[in-house]
Amino acid sequence: MQDDPQTSDREPTTASGNVERTETSQPDPVSFSRGGIRAGLLTCVPVAIGVAGYGVAFGVLASQVGLSVAEAALMSALVVAGASQIIAVELWGDPIPVVAIVVTTFAINLRYSLMGAALQPWFQRLSATKAYGSLFFMADENWALTMRDFRAGNRRGAFLLGSGIAIWLFWVGSTIVGALAGETIGDPAQYGFDFVLAAVFVALAAELWEGRSTLLPWVVSLGTAVIAAEFLPGRWYILLGGFAAALLEVIRHDR
Amino acid sequence: MIGERVLALDPIVVGVILAMAIVTYATKTGGLWLVNRIEMSERLEAGLSVLPGAIVIAILGPELAAGGPAEWGAAGLVLLVMWRTESILLALGTGVVSVVLLRGLF
Repeated sequence: MQDDPQTSDREPTTASGNVERTETSQPDPVSFSRGGIRAGLLTCVPVAIGVAGYGVAFGVLASQVGLSVAEAALMSALVVAGASQIIAVELWGDPIPVVAIVVTTFAINLRYSLMGAALQPWFQRLSATKAYGSLFFMADENWALTMRDFRAGNRRGAFLLGSGIAIWLFWVGSTIVGALAGETIGDPAQYGFDFVLAAVFVALAAELWEGRSTLLPWVVSLGTAVIAAEFLPGRWYILLGGFAAALLEVIRHDR
Repeated sequence: MIGERVLALDPIVVGVILAMAIVTYATKTGGLWLVNRIEMSERLEAGLSVLPGAIVIAILGPELAAGGPAEWGAAGLVLLVMWRTESILLALGTGVVSVVLLRGLF
């Protein structure tokens, strides 16, 4: 990361952490310091341990569909998007349905565009390298922590990067653990491991539930997917279900 | 058993991973890039925000429909544990153990 001349003169250069400012002037600069990285990293470690649970599950699933430990780890290191990776290995087959995997990955991760857009009030004050570099490490969990930190009035632009590094380390590490474990499991159904994927999705659904407003789009998605799975080949029912729900939401937005 | 298979990198698999990485990075940066230029409508925002949950449900529905009472019961237990404890590991462990037990019953 290069120094940004706009903000570096206001930066404490020590790694000792605290960069909150008591006095603010207009317009308020956003810092990008090692202290910010450290604050993000430390805040995110407990959350990253939870993320590791999904990482182990992803590793097991990836090795069951034939990915090597190195391939699973590479995917975690480069894609850094849990739900889409789990869905990708669910779609995996021989031959690999490349188009379905890439399109579904894109659709699932479209939400990151919204999350990234929400960071704009702060990130517009960072250099492009810092802003777009940090976004590589953005996941649901550290984005939420970063928004909380910004809304609390802190202006630590490196918080997303720091918390993202914590997520990345635990995510890649736990993927390797899961993939190694998956290699040594014989018939997955015997130990119930074939159910891990469904269980992961039930758990994800529980976390994504936002109250009654979620009900109608989910029912629409469910109905569309179950019917489409009956009549269409491959896995297109997944995208159809998602888009049916999104379409409904767009239509009923200002009812 | 754990040998070179662990470190194997199939070029096609690596290609798919790179493609996934590129589209994912595009989604992560695209939003910020866009709002620096245009205003995103609230309507579109609302539509996109339901996508992750809806896609998870679209995967789960047919998967559970293809299962039986053992899978349905285990899914219910996962939901219960997740709701009470919010611990993913505990929820997954419950699911795996209970599906084995329930398959023995049904």
